[in-house]
Amino acid sequence: MSNQEKHWDKSRNLLFITLAIWFVFSIGIFLFGAEMNEVTGPFGYPWTYWFTCQGSLGAFVILIFWFANRQEKIDEEFGFSEREDE
Amino acid sequence: MKGNFIDNLPKVYGIYTGGFIGFIIIMAIAEQMGMTAKAIGIAFVAFTVFIYALIGWLSRTAQADAYYVAGRQVPTVFNGMATAADWMSGASFVAMAGGIYFKGYGYMALLVGWTGGYVLVASLLAPYLRKFGCYTVPDFIGTRYGGNLARFSAVVVLTVASFTYVTAQINATGTIASVALDIPFQYAVYVGLISILLCSMLGGMRGVTWTQVAQYIVLIIAYLLPVFWISNKMGAGFFPHFMLADEVARIGELEQQFGFVKNAAADLKSVPKGLAGITKAHSAVNATPWAFISLALAMMMGTASLPHVMMRYFTTPSVKAARKSVGWSLFFIFLLYSSAPMLATLSKLSLIDPNLPTGIIGKTFAEVEAIDWYQNWNQANLMFISDFNGNGTLELNEFFMGGKAVVLATPEIAGLPYVISGLVAAGGMAAAMSTADGLILAIANAISHDVYYKIIDPKAETAKRLLVARVLLVVIGFAGATIAAMEIQGILGSVIWAFDFAMSGLFFPLVLGVWWKRANRQGAIAGMLGGLAAGTWYLIWVRTGGSGFLGITQLTFGIFGSAVSLVAMIVVSLMTAEPDKATQKMVDDVRVPSGKTILGKSH
Repeated sequence: MSNQEKHWDKSRNLLFITLAIWFVFSIGIFLFGAEMNEVTGPFGYPWTYWFTCQGSLGAFVILIFWFANRQEKIDEEFGFSEREDE
Repeated sequence: MKGNFIDNLPKVYGIYTGGFIGFIIIMAIAEQMGMTAKAIGIAFVAFTVFIYALIGWLSRTAQADAYYVAGRQVPTVFNGMATAADWMSGASFVAMAGGIYFKGYGYMALLVGWTGGYVLVASLLAPYLRKFGCYTVPDFIGTRYGGNLARFSAVVVLTVASFTYVTAQINATGTIASVALDIPFQYAVYVGLISILLCSMLGGMRGVTWTQVAQYIVLIIAYLLPVFWISNKMGAGFFPHFMLADEVARIGELEQQFGFVKNAAADLKSVPKGLAGITKAHSAVNATPWAFISLALAMMMGTASLPHVMMRYFTTPSVKAARKSVGWSLFFIFLLYSSAPMLATLSKLSLIDPNLPTGIIGKTFAEVEAIDWYQNWNQANLMFISDFNGNGTLELNEFFMGGKAVVLATPEIAGLPYVISGLVAAGGMAAAMSTADGLILAIANAISHDVYYKIIDPKAETAKRLLVARVLLVVIGFAGATIAAMEIQGILGSVIWAFDFAMSGLFFPLVLGVWWKRANRQGAIAGMLGGLAAGTWYLIWVRTGGSGFLGITQLTFGIFGSAVSLVAMIVVSLMTAEPDKATQKMVDDVRVPSGKTILGKSH
């Protein structure tokens, strides 16, 4: 497998992990919205309510930065990272 | 100042922010000295619009690279702010808290959808489109799939989606300008339009970028300051986001106590159009999982297909920066979106809790009608009470309010000085203007670059191309304003449709262009036109009394459109020849961040 193929393989795996986490916070928890809302969550809000107001939104912000850092590491590993002057 | 403009950005915008806060303080002092509410409103809107116009003039340019992609040198954090302003429309600013106030959980699917979409943008699209080096979204489609028909189809989808969106934004600038400047709506729409064009005409993307950063700063101050102030004034907690659990629980308690009494249809006839009562529980789960998820999913896929957002990531200096910039965009959006439910909570509690001095439920009608703010907002047609059961006391089901009032009236209800209301008007204006600018520019650029330059006259000089781009900007702006002046659709409904149109036609052709090498021209054209046609047909069918299927409503018709688009694209691609070697090599190159962009520096 060429360097480029290996790089793409790893990038694609990272995409799948990212989309799996995205799925949990955007769809997964809302499948059980009614049940989860009975439980008291962070700062005393009901769980589902908290996720729709803050939890999922914040998780997405963190997820994107995490993804960006991991992808940069992968690019560096295979020598595909950009030079600053480009 | 030493050094170039880009290095000095933090300083420039730091001074700007300080200046704006200084302006707020001057207005607050002027109010104490007897400046009228009307004069304060005019001063806020006029002053901020003047600053944006000044930035627009300073950013004027005669270079294609600067006009289309701001010279590709916008730093990540600033591009994040510009995208956040581009993204958060007049609807987000003025109507979102109201939607949450009235509809609760089912409506908050929009919060999840309009933020979760950025994960798709960051992971599936933005870095690859940046590597491509295109000027517009159809530029990517046209080069990746080849041929004028593919390029033109992308322009069609882009125009349908963005134009649906832009009329709502011009409408919102008109509404705010007409209230703040006290002129009739039909003229205010054109005042709004001229303000919008001042930001974008001379500098194109460069002008829009630097005004959007300025507009973000105004809108976020205008949104957060009242939320924090009201929360502190009510004693609900100094940091509302972490401290409103008791208030949310208290609203639930009051809902139990009052009950949701259903009004007779005859009684509801007397309520002015556009006003609604509280009929849904504040924090309870009031939608089925599919209703919630389908709306969130439609908004997420729509986010990743809307060209005016995607083109913001063409302006970053590198692929790496494009990825990080998506994170910053979402962070700046998060600041406002996570505050909207808090504002809805504070607003609702302050109105319905009889233990609070501002609460009106349980008071007599004579008492409520004597309140100053009630009279003002009743006159503005945003509040209404009626004694349906004739007992003389205001019940929960006898109080009606417009969605906009949550943002616009809550500061006044909580007893904040008028200067805050002026600030909120300036914030709403900034939100609507920045989105309108991004949208008009996206349409005009697609037509001038992809239709005029790439298809009609590929030999055109830069000066002529930019002239065409500017003429189109004005023409599209006026077309949008003319339709907005007719007031045919509500703000929020048409915003959601824009997402559905965009995802119907563009989501899969864009994503598969990067992630599926086998996707070819015939497949992409089938995907774009088939998806758009299917989505449009479904919308018309449901609007004309069709029953729909699978619980897909007129707000989520993009789910049907994009499914058709996906199937059409895969089937047609597999039935026709695979893309040539050069195209496959191009896709390989897009997947590698380093090296030259696919399209040359100036094309």
